[in-house]
Amino acid sequence: MADSAQPLSARARLAVTAGKAAAAVSRAAGRGSGSVIGGRVALKVDPDLLARLAGHLDVVLVSATNGKTTTTRLIAEALRAGGEVVSNALGANMPAGITSALSAGSEARFGVIEVDEKYLAGVARDVSPKAIALLNLSRDQLDRAAETRMLAERWREGLQGSKATIIANADDPLVVWAASSSPNVIWAAVGQEWKDDAWSCPSCGGVLHRPDDVSWQCGECGFGRPAPSWVLSGDSVLDPHGTPWPIQLQLPGRANKANAATAAAVAAAFGIHPQVALQRMQAVAAVAGRYDVVSHQGRDIRLLLAKNPAGWLETFSLIDPPPTPVILSVNARSADGTDTSWLWDVDYGRLAGHPIAVIGDRRLDLAVRLEVAGVDFRVCQTLEEAIAQLPPGRIEAIANYTAFQDLRRTVGN
Amino acid sequence: MSTSGLRVVWVYPDLLSTYGDQGNVLVVERRARQRGLTVERVDVRSDQPVPTSGDIYLVGGGEDRPQRLAAERLRRDGGLQRAVDNGAIIFSVCAGYQILGHEFINDLGQREPGLGLLDVISVRGGGERCVGDVLADVDETLRLPQLTGFENHQGLTQLGPGVRPFARVQFGNGNGTGDGTEGAWAGTVFGTYMHGPVLARNPQIADLLLKLTLDVNALPPVDDRWYEALRAERIAAATQAA
Repeated sequence: MADSAQPLSARARLAVTAGKAAAAVSRAAGRGSGSVIGGRVALKVDPDLLARLAGHLDVVLVSATNGKTTTTRLIAEALRAGGEVVSNALGANMPAGITSALSAGSEARFGVIEVDEKYLAGVARDVSPKAIALLNLSRDQLDRAAETRMLAERWREGLQGSKATIIANADDPLVVWAASSSPNVIWAAVGQEWKDDAWSCPSCGGVLHRPDDVSWQCGECGFGRPAPSWVLSGDSVLDPHGTPWPIQLQLPGRANKANAATAAAVAAAFGIHPQVALQRMQAVAAVAGRYDVVSHQGRDIRLLLAKNPAGWLETFSLIDPPPTPVILSVNARSADGTDTSWLWDVDYGRLAGHPIAVIGDRRLDLAVRLEVAGVDFRVCQTLEEAIAQLPPGRIEAIANYTAFQDLRRTVGN
Repeated sequence: MSTSGLRVVWVYPDLLSTYGDQGNVLVVERRARQRGLTVERVDVRSDQPVPTSGDIYLVGGGEDRPQRLAAERLRRDGGLQRAVDNGAIIFSVCAGYQILGHEFINDLGQREPGLGLLDVISVRGGGERCVGDVLADVDETLRLPQLTGFENHQGLTQLGPGVRPFARVQFGNGNGTGDGTEGAWAGTVFGTYMHGPVLARNPQIADLLLKLTLDVNALPPVDDRWYEALRAERIAAATQAA
């Protein structure tokens, strides 16, 4: 680790100060938290700042296509049982945002850091983490992101020979491929409902066979699911001794149980007992607005973020059953990916029976998608109109990235 | 078309289904059923033989490595070529379009033989990747309204004398060779770079495939309200972006 346990150099202290000043200016100008601009300024003053800041911490990195913000939060809660934690809890997950978050926690013992999947290898090199949690990889923003398998390949190359303990999902073939070059892997079988990015073997290109719901193996080279040490089994996680620990969360859905199971395995690697870790995770009610139930125009609305086909699939399995009303909102701005073709990878037929209103910049793409799926819907201009059109009951509002930010702004969340 | 109904074959969803390509299958299925047809959908994985008795074959887009694997397996299988000999219709998109040609550049940077069902050759473009909304005029002999789609490709496709351009671009790149062409077609084989998916953006193309299969000049109308609204929005967006 760089400069481990040494006080920060004058340059690094100057960098932290400059970054905080820039963030304050940005905040005062009403441009958000300022964490990204602050981090950029700080890294300009001292390019090695991230490594220096992390040198004082026991760091865990969390990366994935989906669930990284929530899992980061759950791990942070768990590790607080062992000492102070600094974390990029708001999801600013590229080097500048990470630098900014770490600048805030000079007294902390642990750093719990969410990392954008494209930056994982670089950040892992800079901060010498003690552990890295890899949850899943699937298609996302295809007009600008790297191909999904190429991301797995980059992870694999970046993690080769890493000293970190890798906690990796045994149920995602791409994650297994990425992690299996590392000497020290703890496999956690936490499931992956979305399977359509892993029908061909990441190693040799052969066809993967899935004889049952659990196992998978390449018909040609034999690459297959490793034996897991931690297993998500219904509402419990089994530790390496096979002892079940119940997962009781305020956060809904199977995917969050998977996130909690991974978080428990990570916490154990830092010496925190699963029971203690899981108990602390129970306190988390919402993560950066996700799963928050807000009141707007006299109606309760639960805010759900789903950015890509795998995310929508997990979200459909957690919403209340029909006739619960549903609002769908989709944008295709640059942060979302500007190609909406992915809507056709989502099985909107599963919403049959729900009263549905669609909003967002790309509501007409949604309209055609739902028409072809054969489910009823209404197209509305605004959230207010959608709320007025829907029958009584708590509304499930599912939105992709910038549409979700729009929703939060509209309801004052 | 067999007595059991329309057979729609989706070729290699395990390799060529990266850009919502299932949408093209769903739109064909839906519009056929709305016309009272019985539809049998056959999803063929890349370790299964391609049936030769299908009516409409859909081949989608994919990433570079799966594209090479798909070309290898389709060449070995030979089913798609036999289906064309039987008079089947093939509609292909992006990576699938390139596979139907004589050759393309694979993920290893090498020339990979295609199926030779379209007289085209694809090469790797040296410039920026072609990404964005496209607006184009379809070959007038096909009597179709303007083509709207989303392109996302690095490869460029050169047309030989054995095909006609599927469309001519007003906005966007299409085949990317600078001659303004987009896609290619010959007989019952069609290729395009358009995602969107293209049949959701252009349901009249789905209807054309059905008309060719049924050998009719017209189909009963269906409610196209939302398709038309989406088309108008995307055509305006492509025009404004330019």
